[in-house]
Amino acid sequence: MALARTGMVENRPVGDFVAHLILIAGVVVVVFPLWVTFVASTLTFDQIVNVPMPLIPGTHGWQNYHHALVAGSERGSSAPVDRMLWNSLVVAVSVAAGKIAISIISAFAIVYFRFRLREFFFWTIFVTLMLPVEVRIIPTFKVIADLRLLDSYPGLILPLFASATATFLFRQFFMTIPDELVEAARIDGAGPMRFFWDVIVPLSKTHMAALFVILFIYGWNQYLWPLLVTTSESMYTVVIGIKRMIAGGDAATEWNIVMSTAMLALLPPALVVLFMQRWFVKGLIESEK
Amino acid sequence: MEKRVVFKSAWLPYALLAPQLAITVIFFFWPALQAVYYSFQVQDPFGLATHFVWFQNFTDLFHDPHYLASFRVTAVFSLLVAALGISISLLLATMADHVVRGALFYKTLLIWPYAVAPAIAGVLWAFLFAPTIGLVSYYLRRVGIDWNWRVNENQAMLMVVLAAAWKQISYNFLFFLAGLQSIPKSLVEAAAIDGAGPVRRFWTIVFPLLSPTTFFLLVVNIVYAFFDTFGVIDATTEGGPVESTQILVYKVYFDGVRAADIGGSSAQSVVLMFIVIALTVVQFRYIERRVQY
Amino acid sequence: MIRKILAALVALAAFAATSALAQATDISFWHSMTGINGDKLNDLAKRFNASQNRYKVVPVYKGGYADSMTAAIAAYRAGNAPAILQVFEVGTATMAAAKGAIVPVYKLMKDADEPFDPKAYLPAVSGYYSDPKGNMLSFPFNSSTVVFFINEDAFRKAGLDPSKAPKTWEEFIADADKLKAAGQDCVYTTSWLAWTHIENFSAWHNVPIATEENGMAGLGTRLEINSPLHVRQISMLADLAKKGEFTYVGKGSQGDGTFASGKCAMATLSIGASGLVAQQAKFKWSVHFLPYWADVKGAPQNSIIGGASLWVMGGKTPNVYKGVAEFFHFLSNPEVQMDWHTATGYLPITKAAYEMTKKSGFYEQHPGYEVAIKQLTYKPPTANSKGLRFGNYVQGRDIIEDEIEAALSGKMTAKAALDDAVTRVDELLRRFQAANK
Repeated sequence: MALARTGMVENRPVGDFVAHLILIAGVVVVVFPLWVTFVASTLTFDQIVNVPMPLIPGTHGWQNYHHALVAGSERGSSAPVDRMLWNSLVVAVSVAAGKIAISIISAFAIVYFRFRLREFFFWTIFVTLMLPVEVRIIPTFKVIADLRLLDSYPGLILPLFASATATFLFRQFFMTIPDELVEAARIDGAGPMRFFWDVIVPLSKTHMAALFVILFIYGWNQYLWPLLVTTSESMYTVVIGIKRMIAGGDAATEWNIVMSTAMLALLPPALVVLFMQRWFVKGLIESEK
Repeated sequence: MEKRVVFKSAWLPYALLAPQLAITVIFFFWPALQAVYYSFQVQDPFGLATHFVWFQNFTDLFHDPHYLASFRVTAVFSLLVAALGISISLLLATMADHVVRGALFYKTLLIWPYAVAPAIAGVLWAFLFAPTIGLVSYYLRRVGIDWNWRVNENQAMLMVVLAAAWKQISYNFLFFLAGLQSIPKSLVEAAAIDGAGPVRRFWTIVFPLLSPTTFFLLVVNIVYAFFDTFGVIDATTEGGPVESTQILVYKVYFDGVRAADIGGSSAQSVVLMFIVIALTVVQFRYIERRVQY
Repeated sequence: MIRKILAALVALAAFAATSALAQATDISFWHSMTGINGDKLNDLAKRFNASQNRYKVVPVYKGGYADSMTAAIAAYRAGNAPAILQVFEVGTATMAAAKGAIVPVYKLMKDADEPFDPKAYLPAVSGYYSDPKGNMLSFPFNSSTVVFFINEDAFRKAGLDPSKAPKTWEEFIADADKLKAAGQDCVYTTSWLAWTHIENFSAWHNVPIATEENGMAGLGTRLEINSPLHVRQISMLADLAKKGEFTYVGKGSQGDGTFASGKCAMATLSIGASGLVAQQAKFKWSVHFLPYWADVKGAPQNSIIGGASLWVMGGKTPNVYKGVAEFFHFLSNPEVQMDWHTATGYLPITKAAYEMTKKSGFYEQHPGYEVAIKQLTYKPPTANSKGLRFGNYVQGRDIIEDEIEAALSGKMTAKAALDDAVTRVDELLRRFQAANK
């Protein structure tokens, strides 16, 4: 009789109890900062500054969120958060869609064609893994500035477009597609692009979904690049907008607004993770193989 | 690994690769080359006067005790983040693998921090640990600990390590869980029949079989701590106090953007490039081996 | 045929010329003012734009001082810099050395035929932003200075008379001991450590911060902040910290909130903090001159400013510069000055504006501001007290504060820390000098 769990070899209720205890402790540690943030987003500024702040939600939530969305913070940057959320959404969706599109055709080219410089191009793409944006900050900034793309959506999105990991993921996956499918297509007289649209794309749907989740979060959570490329408040993404709200001292920052903004900033990616949990987990594990 | 059956076309593969290559050249290679170029120069911020100084920026860097200190800070920071993140998630994954009921509940609640940007994780933890108004700071003061990370370097490091590790727990947890669930039950059952207790079974069978996953996560966590934690540092300590949390990647940003020292920052970028290459080589040599299984 | 074409071309040219004239010229103005200050700045721009129809000042908030300066430099390199840029005082050297990238204000005003009298400005203010010959390079806009705040309730509780706030550091130390003995938890705190205890300290005692008139006379300047007097000051602070009488709460303006919360009896803060203090303090407080060492000849002299000034970027048309000149003329108007000063808490920068504000009775309700101005103008500035101009000083100030922090926590002696600071900052100054040859 194959038992489903390694630990259930013996029936030890104490072990089970201890496991639950540890897990609950873990959940508490992981969720506690979120809870405090949520509560703070429902309090007034005075309630927060008056330590210790209460641990049960207050009644000021509606005002805080409304204020954040419409007017931003009074001290520090005062960009309205609704605009920032929109910018984040545009960036996240564009980056995810763009990366998937570019990577899938690149992988298709590399796997299904024999052509000169194929190895060379493969390694060229591979090398980008060794050049995270942090390693080319100043010059990439200069390139964007020279192209007059500062403070613009293309400037925010384009440098994040190329991804070696997505290309590799698709490549690995294509390698597992049986050759019979290609033969069948060629017998039918279909050209490579027909094959691509009729066979490759439908087969890749689950990978694309998993990648979409991961890349959406990647694009939404970008920090260093938007920090450099945007100086206009109307182009801030919500993740860097929060940092800019934290003005001078602890007493000067409007924490209730900052926390409301933090909640708004982490809600979309968290919801994406929660609702697409299965694809997300699968995609994450797959992409690292 | 090659496909047996391929398409033939003179121009199509190039066209398909063009977008990715274009972006790669314009936004990766060209800037990387420029970084190398700038690292050999000293310029004023406006670019009105540039002087070629060959390797002087590099020698200055390696004679600068503060740059060398940044290496130490980065090493300490990444080891702590990796150690904390891996050990806690391993414990949680082992427990999650053990229980039957509520597994999905725990899993859901434990993986959501993956969605949180490092910068926001920093803000959340900095809020809890804010010297004057933070909740945790308040209770620390009550038990006699004078908490002020703006002044105390170790406290600042502790805070950013906690924020960075917290965020990674979910990622590590998922991989450990997958790893645990791929261990053949027969091995564990055989050991149990031989009379080994659960703890003994873990250390002698489960943990060694998990070692590929553990090693993989070690590399990933260290790379994460090196680069992706920029947001954590910038949103909280900004490298302080007294540069005690100034990891290498933060120094590149600060010197290049805040202090407008293009030459020095570019030289640091070049050094970082070598480090990334080394880490990537390690990671891929390792992954290649896994793929062979 | 040709004549017809010529006529058409002339008509077209005339039409184009007149329509260009009919449209107001945009003058972009990048700044870092937030909250009330930002609102007031927008208000001033609106007033200027409404008062004439040739130019339109367009203020744009570009992030904090460091962010906006970086953005402007990048924009300049890409060919689309703003016309006016607000730059914090530590960026002065970078801007002043960027010949070609900037247009000095005195030249701008002269070329545009705008009346401009540098002597109308408070000498401590204009001195900071002028070259050694007295020509103003940038336009002073928002200036503050350090002043000494005391918590009168805390003083009374310790049996001290708040109207006799300590004038000298000797008295300060004695009072600090008494406050501590009376059970005061936080006796003294500060914001802006280096600005207060090195830069303003030197000016207030009429001793140099560095050679070459604190950097204003040449790029070869070297720091002199490890003199016996400076060592005495930092040793005192370290001593107070050891006795638990100096609670350092971090770089920047952290001290503002700590004092406003009532925890501390005394604090040295920017006069700009009085807005926050007025809003949050639940105790009686007052503002006084900075203390000084009684045995130093020449002390007290005058304090120096912090804040920012407006720089004019190069590469624009003469028409734009004429507009900028007119806008600066507008901003120098005493009534506009008074409006800005009373709304934001930044100091008035012309004598006329100060007089006008005094006449309005504003200082009766806000005596702190008058203390700040009186301290700033206590004596005509000397070469030691006009201000400072150091390249790479964003990093430099941080380094000085790091070293002082090491002395405060007992890790180094004050002398060793200041020696170290001098060595490290001098290195930065030499790099700046080399890069701007």
